[in-house]
Amino acid sequence: MRLLGHRLSGGAAVGFAIILANIVAISFARWIAPYGEADLVGDVWAPPSGADWLGLDNLGRDMFSRLLFGGQTSVSLALLITALSFSLGIVMGFTAATTNRWIDAALSRLVDIIMAIPQLILALMVLSVLGTSIPVLIGTIAILDSTRVFRLSRAVAMNITVMEYVEAARLRGEKLWWIMRREVLPNALPPLIAEFGLRFCFTLLFIASLSFLGLGVQPPEADWGSMVRDNATAINFGGIAPLVPAAAIALLTIGVNLVVDWFLSIHGRAHGEGA
Amino acid sequence: MTDEILRITDLRIAARTEEGEEKILVQGIDLTLHRGEVLGLIGESGAGKSTIGLAALAYARPGCTIIGGEIRYAGTDIRTLSRRERRRLRGRRIAYVAQSAAASFNPAKSLYRQVCEMPVRHGLMSYAEAKKAAAQLFAELDLPSPETFGERYPHQVSGGQLQRAMVAMAMSCRPDILVFDEPTTALDVTTQIEVLAAIRKLVRDHRTAGLYISHDLAVVAQVAQRIMVLRHGRMVELGEAAQILHEPREEYTRRLVSVRAAAAPPAEAAVAERGERLLELNALGAAYGRLRVLKDVTFSVRRGETVAVVGESGSGKSTLARVVCGLREPAGGSVRFRGELLPPTLSLRSRDQLRRIQMIYQMPDMALNPRQRVSEILGRPLSFYFGWPRAKVTARVEALLRMIDLPVEFAARRPGELSGGQKQRLCIARALAAEPDLVICDEVTSALDPLVAEEILKLLGRLRDETGVAYLFITHDLGTVRRIADRVAVMLQGAVVAEGPLAQVFSPPYHPYTEALLASVPEMRLDWLDDTLRRRAGRQGAEGPVIGAAAADRFALGT
Repeated sequence: MRLLGHRLSGGAAVGFAIILANIVAISFARWIAPYGEADLVGDVWAPPSGADWLGLDNLGRDMFSRLLFGGQTSVSLALLITALSFSLGIVMGFTAATTNRWIDAALSRLVDIIMAIPQLILALMVLSVLGTSIPVLIGTIAILDSTRVFRLSRAVAMNITVMEYVEAARLRGEKLWWIMRREVLPNALPPLIAEFGLRFCFTLLFIASLSFLGLGVQPPEADWGSMVRDNATAINFGGIAPLVPAAAIALLTIGVNLVVDWFLSIHGRAHGEGA
Repeated sequence: MTDEILRITDLRIAARTEEGEEKILVQGIDLTLHRGEVLGLIGESGAGKSTIGLAALAYARPGCTIIGGEIRYAGTDIRTLSRRERRRLRGRRIAYVAQSAAASFNPAKSLYRQVCEMPVRHGLMSYAEAKKAAAQLFAELDLPSPETFGERYPHQVSGGQLQRAMVAMAMSCRPDILVFDEPTTALDVTTQIEVLAAIRKLVRDHRTAGLYISHDLAVVAQVAQRIMVLRHGRMVELGEAAQILHEPREEYTRRLVSVRAAAAPPAEAAVAERGERLLELNALGAAYGRLRVLKDVTFSVRRGETVAVVGESGSGKSTLARVVCGLREPAGGSVRFRGELLPPTLSLRSRDQLRRIQMIYQMPDMALNPRQRVSEILGRPLSFYFGWPRAKVTARVEALLRMIDLPVEFAARRPGELSGGQKQRLCIARALAAEPDLVICDEVTSALDPLVAEEILKLLGRLRDETGVAYLFITHDLGTVRRIADRVAVMLQGAVVAEGPLAQVFSPPYHPYTEALLASVPEMRLDWLDDTLRRRAGRQGAEGPVIGAAAADRFALGT
């Protein structure tokens, strides 16, 4: 099997399959789900049965349906936040690496200050002041996350900007934006993509911890992270309820990372053959 | 013979590519080495010299495997030894001297610690004994104050001294065989002499056998009794040094010899004055903090002219290039281009001014973006400077490729799919795409194999005649200067000590530094090193050491 002109490895095929299955399930949740998101359908933590084949949750809602609806929130939020934090972090990081050292110092110290405060506490502060709407949530986590991306992209870009092809572009009179986009970015892509896979999963979990503290996604809306938290105590009674959303997070994480690995393997090649 | 120490028969080494295919690197190599004998291995990159040298330690680089043949050290095939036995042999009986001493030493440990490590680890000497032995080696290698030399750290000694310290490290266990892998390639010509002389003396005194790997035939001929010429992992020719130099049997060897010989003939008569003044440097200065790296540099380049700037590393010649192209702000003086004053920094120069001065770099690998295709690399200057539509750019890219003798299909390739020489051609084409008046060539041939470098020089010459471009040619290689330059500026510690037409600067009466430089260029004869050392010794008696940083000041001040 081939994709974008590259041979698809076994792992990558599995990864794509997982992601595809997730996307389909989530986007058609309304039609697939047997019950509504907030419908109470039976006993608290009822074990899996023919009708509710993943069992019921802490309030007696159907786990499978909530998983599908929760996925909508979790995945789209995580994706949006990661994409945002990467755009922000990369632009800042590259700017710091390609312009003069004053801008670099200013940006770096700013990031240091943000990073000096524990991320969760800072997020709590911002969210409790500005309120817990979804846009605020996205903005806050994206900005906090972008500090990590900034560090990585700055370090990677530093190694690239000393190359003579970047100097040649400068000598030609190219604008900063062009240099960042055409000379630096393509060469910085591999480590950044690997980081993207990781960050995506961290974001998923971070939303979960905020939801747990009541500052993330608000009930009765479901999301995978809060589903784990809500059902966590079931583990004491031998229930599988918290394992179901956890497994969903794990599965998607593995799928994303399998694809990222494959992407790295085709881009890491020295000669870029086959492209 | 009884004193035979190493015999390699039918050596075959293969590398496994990423796709899992096997690629033969070295094939059918036989060689013998006797005590006290040095065998030179010569060839271009990819010839398998280093691979063979490492195989003498029964070592193969990661990804490579020795797939056949025998490597007999003192009678036993070391390929059959256990890993442990082999490890006892390496460093102790057979040692390796790498090309870049700076990369091979640990900057955080003193030289003593590193030079003494091997005998102590192998349990041959105590640390105190090893230190004493090391000091003695330092003395034999003519290192300054041998007793305390080892207390310094790698960054506290010069490149040539560090390279000799590495020879001392390799000698620390008094091995039977030393493998030298291009030990002088990274050094300046004047330093190269010191290291060569030290290596030769040491090998003679200790009757150590040596494998001397180099791409420079003239250098190898100074230390080796026999020379093996390699190409594509196979032996081309093996013979006495004199025979290889003077009566090469194979065509390939002849070509190698003639490239070096071509550099030797004296310059032709002075070239007629070229056109108007293109670039005028007036009392130009530059500094890194308090360190002045350029001092009152004044000379000019005319249209269509090639001016070579020569000097050793640290002479400021690369800084000069950076000031001219606007990457570094001058600390004084002025740069005039086409009669007008050039703004000091890049951002202040107009696009047209930038277009008219282009640059070609030493390392084509680093000068080309590995993620861009050739069409993009060559097309960008065209669309950027001239704003041409796509069709016109494509046509021009094809014309440029033809100009540098590359197939038009290369437009779709990426730099990684080209050879070193082809990459450098591409860099030349990129510079010329902008239709510049002046191209700054910063050591453009020094990273290339001699035969490839020769072709690049020819190409540059031809393109100059076709386009009328002027070159500011920065190099440390005097052979190259003789081939291509109309005028020469000799730099020493940031100052121009001699400047003028090639024939005038390179013929008597010389400036003493020019003479020292010229005398340091290895010549294609066996007794060159002896002659040079003798000449130098004579002069040293009269007026102290002549070469090296200590003497540099005197040249700068004198005459």
